[in-house]
Amino acid sequence: MAIWFRKSIKITHYLKANRALWGLVNQTCRSPCFHSNFSSPGSLNGENYRNPPSFLGNSTTLYGSRRFESVKAGRQAELQYDDGCHQDQALDFPGGTVAFTSEMRFIPEASRERIPCYRVLDDNGNLIMHNSYVEMSKEDALKMYSSMVTLQTMDTIFYEAQRQGRISFYVTSIGEEAINISSAAALTPEDVILAQYREPGVLLWRGFTLQEFANQCLGNKADYGKGRQMPIHYGSNKHNYFTISSPIATQLPQAVGAAYSLKMDGKDACVVTYFGDGGSSEGDFHAALNFAAVMEAPVIFICRNNGWAISTPTSEQFRSDGIVVKGQAYGIRSIRVDGNDALAAYSATRAAREMAINEQRPVLIEALTYRVGHHSTSDDSTKYRSVNEIDHWKTSRDPIARFRRWVDGNGWWNDKDELELRGKVRKQLLHAIQVAEKVEKPQLSDLFTDVYANMPSNLIEQEEALRQSIKRHPQDYPSDVPV
Amino acid sequence: MLGILGKRVARGGIYASTIRSQSFLFASKNYSSTAKEMTVRDALNSALDEEMSADPKVFVMGEEVGEYQGAYKISKGLLEKYGPDRVVDTPITEAGFTGIGVGAAYHGLKPVIEFMTFNFSMQAIDHIINSAAKSNYMSAGQISVPIVFRGPNGAAAGVGAQHSHCYAAWYSSCPGLKVLAPYSSEDARGLLKAAIRDPDPVVFLENELLYGESFPVSAEVLDSSFCLPIGKAKIEREGKDVTITAFSKMVGFSLQAAEILAKEGISAEVINLRSIRPLDRSTINASVRKTNRLVTVEEGFPQHGVGAEICASVVEDSFEYLDAPVERITGSDVPTPYAANLERMAFPQIEDIVRAAKRACHRSVPMAAVA
Repeated sequence: MAIWFRKSIKITHYLKANRALWGLVNQTCRSPCFHSNFSSPGSLNGENYRNPPSFLGNSTTLYGSRRFESVKAGRQAELQYDDGCHQDQALDFPGGTVAFTSEMRFIPEASRERIPCYRVLDDNGNLIMHNSYVEMSKEDALKMYSSMVTLQTMDTIFYEAQRQGRISFYVTSIGEEAINISSAAALTPEDVILAQYREPGVLLWRGFTLQEFANQCLGNKADYGKGRQMPIHYGSNKHNYFTISSPIATQLPQAVGAAYSLKMDGKDACVVTYFGDGGSSEGDFHAALNFAAVMEAPVIFICRNNGWAISTPTSEQFRSDGIVVKGQAYGIRSIRVDGNDALAAYSATRAAREMAINEQRPVLIEALTYRVGHHSTSDDSTKYRSVNEIDHWKTSRDPIARFRRWVDGNGWWNDKDELELRGKVRKQLLHAIQVAEKVEKPQLSDLFTDVYANMPSNLIEQEEALRQSIKRHPQDYPSDVPV
Repeated sequence: MLGILGKRVARGGIYASTIRSQSFLFASKNYSSTAKEMTVRDALNSALDEEMSADPKVFVMGEEVGEYQGAYKISKGLLEKYGPDRVVDTPITEAGFTGIGVGAAYHGLKPVIEFMTFNFSMQAIDHIINSAAKSNYMSAGQISVPIVFRGPNGAAAGVGAQHSHCYAAWYSSCPGLKVLAPYSSEDARGLLKAAIRDPDPVVFLENELLYGESFPVSAEVLDSSFCLPIGKAKIEREGKDVTITAFSKMVGFSLQAAEILAKEGISAEVINLRSIRPLDRSTINASVRKTNRLVTVEEGFPQHGVGAEICASVVEDSFEYLDAPVERITGSDVPTPYAANLERMAFPQIEDIVRAAKRACHRSVPMAAVA
C-alpha cells in the first residue's frame, strides 16, 4: 500500500503532463482509476492515509477538472481512435489481443482461497458424497492394496538393512505409497517413466521383483545397473522406467524430450515424470513446463508435494500456492489431488493420461502428501521437525490404512488376509536380501564397459594394465570381485 | 610462392588474406586436380542436410535454428526442407532444450543441439555431463544417448570474456563424451557426419571465424557417405625438426608459422588434432619420436588445458625421445578483454608459435632467461 502511495504521486505528475491521454481515457472508460480498492486505509503507512488527499479519494472532482481542460484534445484523440468499436476495449500486442482496463489493479500475490484439493475417500475410508472418480474392480483394488503394503514393507526392511550395515544407503517412500501405486496403476506399460528417486512403487507395480530391487541395492552381478549406482537408483528398459539420476529435476526437461519423441512416433502412450516440492524450485522445472506447453508434448508432471525437501519446509521453498498454480502459469492444465487418497490419485492420473494422449498436451498433478520417513538414511528428520508431527501423519493420515478401510468396507479384505500378506512379503524380502548378498559382485570388465558404445583403446589398455597388476599382487585384490 | 604471399597480405584484412593464402598453398600441395572450394559453413550445412535426409530420427534443435536460418546460418534452408518437427526453434533456455534433447535421445531420437556459442552451454552443462555423458555407464548400457552438441567455441573477434571461452579442455576431461574440433571444410563435413552417426554423446566445437573460410574439397569429401574416423588426428604438414599440435583455428596459425620456420631452416610437422577426446596419442607420439620436440598450441586457458594433457601423454609414452622441454602456447590466463589491442595479446599469434618452435629447437634464448 505504501508503495502504491508513492506511485500515485508520480501518476498525478503524469496526469498533468498527459491531459489528452487522460481525456481520452475518460471518454471511453467511465470508471475512475483510483477508487475503492483501498477500502482499508488503516493498513497504509502513516497518518497521511487516514484522510486520503482529495485528489485520490474523490474521483469525480479529479476527472471533472481534467475533463474541462482536456475536452478539445480528448475529442481529437477520440476521433483518431474512433473505428466504430467503442465497445471492444481491446489492445493488439505481440502475443494476442488483450482487453484493457483503466483500473490499476495488481493481481494479488495469493488468491483469497487456495486451489481446492480433489479427494474421493474421507479419512475413514468412506466415499464422499457427490464425488466423481474412476470405478475400480475388486481385483484391481486388491492388487493396488497389496502393492502398497509390499512397498511399505520393502521400505521398512531395506531401511533396517541399511542400519545393520548390509546396504550402504536407502531412501524410503513411507507415507507416499498411494501416489506411487495409484499413479502407476492408472498407466499402461507403454507409458514411459522418468522418476526422481522416491517412486520405486511405480517400478514395483510394473513387475520389478523384490529380488531385482535387492540386487540393485546390493550392487551385485545380477543388478541391471552392473553395480554402478548407489542403492535406489533403479532402472529397467523392459519396464519402461528410466534409470534414476541423482541431480534434482533434470528428469523434467528430459521427460519433455522423450514425450516429443513419442509424439513424433505417434504412439498411444505418454511420458510420466515425478518430482517433489523441492524439485519445483530448480530451473529445469521452469524450462520443462514452459517447453512442454509450447511443444504440446504428451507428458504428465506429477509433483509429490510432501512438505519437506530434506530440512526445508515448503514455506521456505516457495511462496506460491503450491505447485498447481505454477502449472496454470505455464499454460498447463493442472489439478491438486489428495495424494494420500488412493482412489483420487488413481482417477486423476487416469484422466490426465487421457488428456495427455488424446489432446497431445501436458498435464500437471500436484499430489499433496507427507514425507513420513527421513529424507534418506543419511538424515535424521527429528532434528528439524517434531516427532509428534511425524507420528500424526504416520498413524492417523496413513494412506494405506485409509485405503484398507475402504477395501474392508467393501468386504474385499480382512485381518487374516492382512497378516498373511505382510508375513509373506516380509519373508520374501528377507530371503531376497540374503540371496542378493551371496551373489557375486560384478566382474572386473564391468568397470570399463559402457563408457562408450564401443570400448576405446585407452580403456582397453587400462583394463589390461589392471589385470597385470592383479596377477602380480593377488593378495591386494578383494576376493569377492570376479576377475 | 613468396611473391604471392606478399601480394595477398597487402590486399585484404589479416584473417581473410592469411587463411586464403594458406588454402592456396594447401591446394597446390595436396590437390593437383581442379579442387572445388567450400566454406566451413556450407560444409556443416551440407553435412546436417545429408544426415537428416538419410535418417529420419535426426533432428536439429536450438535458438534461432529455424526461421532465422541459424544464428550463424549453419542450419540455413533446413526448416524449409524438413519442417518444424525436425528443425525446432526453442525458447531461451539452454538448460531446457539441452535436457529435452537428452530426453529425446534417451527415447531413441538423434538430436543435434545447437548452442549459440558454447559459452551458453554453461547453463546446460549439468545435462551434458551428468545426464548425457554418464547415462550409458550408469544405466549399464540401457540408456544410450546418441546426441550431438554443436556450436561455435573459443574466441571470435571483439566479443569479450563471456563469449570467448574455449571449452575443449572442460568437456574433454569427462569420460563418456567424445569431443571433436574441426578445422577445414573436410574436417567439418567428415567429423559432423561421424558425430551424428555415433551412438555416444559428442561435443562438436566449431569456430565462428572459420565459418566463412573456404577450403578445397575433393569429390570424396563431397560424397554423402563421406565420414572421418573419430579419434584420428591428421598430419597437415610433414616435417622433421619439431612437432606442432593444434586444433580448430590454431591449425591455420600453426601452418603459417611452419611456413615462416621453413624459411629459417626449421622443418615443422603440424598435426591437426581433429579429435580432442579421444586424443590420438599414437599419432602425436609417433611424430614426437620422429622430431624429438613438441609445441602444443591452443586458444584456451593454460591451466588444465589440452596442451597439458598432450604434454603428460608424451612424457608418459615418449620421454626418452624428447630433446627439449615441451612448449605450451595457450591463451593468456585472463578473462578475454574486449579492446582489440588487449584481445590480440590474450590469444596466441603466429609469432608466438614461431618463437616457441625456435625455443624448442634451441634457436633462441629460453623464456626463463628473458624474464
